[in-house]
Amino acid sequence: MSLWRRFANQGATAFATIAAVLVLVPLLAIFAYLVLKGLGSVNMAFLTQTPKPPGEVGGGMANAIVGTGLILAVASVIGLPLGIGSGIYLAEYGRNRFGDLIRFTADVLNGVPSIVIGIAAYSLVVVPQKHFSAFSGGVALGIMMIPTVARATEEMLLMVPNVVREAALGLGIPKWRTTLSISLRTASAGVITGCMLAFARVAGETAPLLFTAFGNQFWNLKLNQPTAALSLQVFTYAISPYDDWHKQAWAGALVLIILIVGAVAAVRVTTSRGMMKGA
Amino acid sequence: MPDNVNPMNPPEPPGQLQKPMTSIPPLAQADKRREPGIAAAGLKKIRNTIPRSSRIPDATFGVIILVSAISVFAIVVLVVWELVDKSRLSLHQFGLSFFYGHDWDPVNGNFGAVPFVYGTLVSSFLALLLAVPLAIGVAVYITEICPQRLRAIISFLVELLAAIPSVIYGLWGIFVLAPLLRTYVEPFLARTLGWTGFFSGPMYGLGMLAAGIIMAIMVVPVIASITREVMTAVPQNQREAVLALGATRWEMIRIGVLRNARIGIVGGIILGLGRALGETMAVTMVIGNRPEVAKSLFAPGYTMASVIANEFTEATGDLYLSALIEIGLALFIVTLVVNALARLLVWSITGGTARVRA
Repeated sequence: MSLWRRFANQGATAFATIAAVLVLVPLLAIFAYLVLKGLGSVNMAFLTQTPKPPGEVGGGMANAIVGTGLILAVASVIGLPLGIGSGIYLAEYGRNRFGDLIRFTADVLNGVPSIVIGIAAYSLVVVPQKHFSAFSGGVALGIMMIPTVARATEEMLLMVPNVVREAALGLGIPKWRTTLSISLRTASAGVITGCMLAFARVAGETAPLLFTAFGNQFWNLKLNQPTAALSLQVFTYAISPYDDWHKQAWAGALVLIILIVGAVAAVRVTTSRGMMKGA
Repeated sequence: MPDNVNPMNPPEPPGQLQKPMTSIPPLAQADKRREPGIAAAGLKKIRNTIPRSSRIPDATFGVIILVSAISVFAIVVLVVWELVDKSRLSLHQFGLSFFYGHDWDPVNGNFGAVPFVYGTLVSSFLALLLAVPLAIGVAVYITEICPQRLRAIISFLVELLAAIPSVIYGLWGIFVLAPLLRTYVEPFLARTLGWTGFFSGPMYGLGMLAAGIIMAIMVVPVIASITREVMTAVPQNQREAVLALGATRWEMIRIGVLRNARIGIVGGIILGLGRALGETMAVTMVIGNRPEVAKSLFAPGYTMASVIANEFTEATGDLYLSALIEIGLALFIVTLVVNALARLLVWSITGGTARVRA
């Protein structure tokens, strides 16, 4: 083997290995910093109090944690049924031109920048309501969940063998019952995975919340009022000039990432035990 | 067969339902052909035995499902309509000059989007420049080089990179990456490559370079996962054949795998571009937010997405708001085109799910 070929081979192998290391370094660095800088600031006050006025030390993000929960609840109520519904349509009824159109629009919706979804939610909900609200934030995030959930549901339903459907229909079970209790049930592990991934994806979203949920320094549990969210609070605190707020931004980010990675990991654990392995 | 058919009843195009009846004697066949067909009639008869009460739920279910599918379409139409409607003011006022005007002057009501378009293009290009070699390297490492045991772990970690919210990238960018750039990387670049003009001027840390690097980290998992997918779609025979001809591992990867997967890889890169163009929070936090066109990558810039994020809630006056929404509309159209292109390319390699199943 010529020297050059051997050199090229070793060079390429080294490059690929270095690339892998270089990609994993930022990941480890981000997690290390989150834990190092965030852990010290996550305490009872952080988890139970509302923010102090600018410049004062102390306070926490309790209202933002609850606000994120509120917004995500609204988003799930909107996004999951519509997403699963259109997924069922695509898999069970949608093998035609119209199904292709829906599939294409779902892909389009998936690629729309989140900030643009924010603008749309602003002009569709905030403008008619005349003020920022938790509901409008939930609408924005809910819209973002739909394509992910729909395509996951479709893919999982298509993995259910047709024989199962035919057996159910042959027993005289109506189609709606077959779809819900047989097909969807069989595919449930995969569908839940899709839902959780969509949930994790929108949980950290900030851009669409800037001018829908808007943020709030106080407690709010009403859907029609401006609401704090963890991601928004991290953003505001990170670009603020106060050292104490920077610390709290790290703490908020740590709580947020635990929420998201927790969701993803929970999915990994449940699906690796379920029927649809590798979903 | 065709000779036996009654001339009064010319053979119908073979429909799905008639197919099984080819063995039925010709006379009977001709007789029944006037009706919708045995099977169809039979189906109808069977369906009639189902009580009406149990047919209603089926129809209702179908309608509910159809409505939720239509809602996806309706949402996209609504989004487009709102963007066009709300940016009408600015569209009328500036027309095309919006996209070659340099001034962004809200006080005097003068809006030109050039600094933002420039910032978006340059930061995305920079991100791709850094991310593409890394992403392809990682994909090659995972599919061809890495020991079997590490494969799942490394691909999981790379995917995890995609799960980190962009606001956390931004936070990390402000407090870790920017100081690092300011004290070590930027002085080094200015010393060695300062003569190019791309690396000169005051070093803030925050700026176009920081935005490009942060976005590169965010785009790597997108490109890497698509590249990995198209590389695994290359048949194993291909690899074995090239190896059997005496190729080294790298030659096998280059000739046997990458060359076959290149269209899909390009698709993945374009998909990454789509992600980079629309990226908002991380970029807003590290790019410095100054609406200027500067040659140096150390200088602060501004992108289309970050100007919307920063100024939307502070926009005073309808024209200002309308100009911002027009930027959003432009962003929507660009990402739509980019994503459609990417999907076509990826589908052509992996035979996309939609095509095969439709």
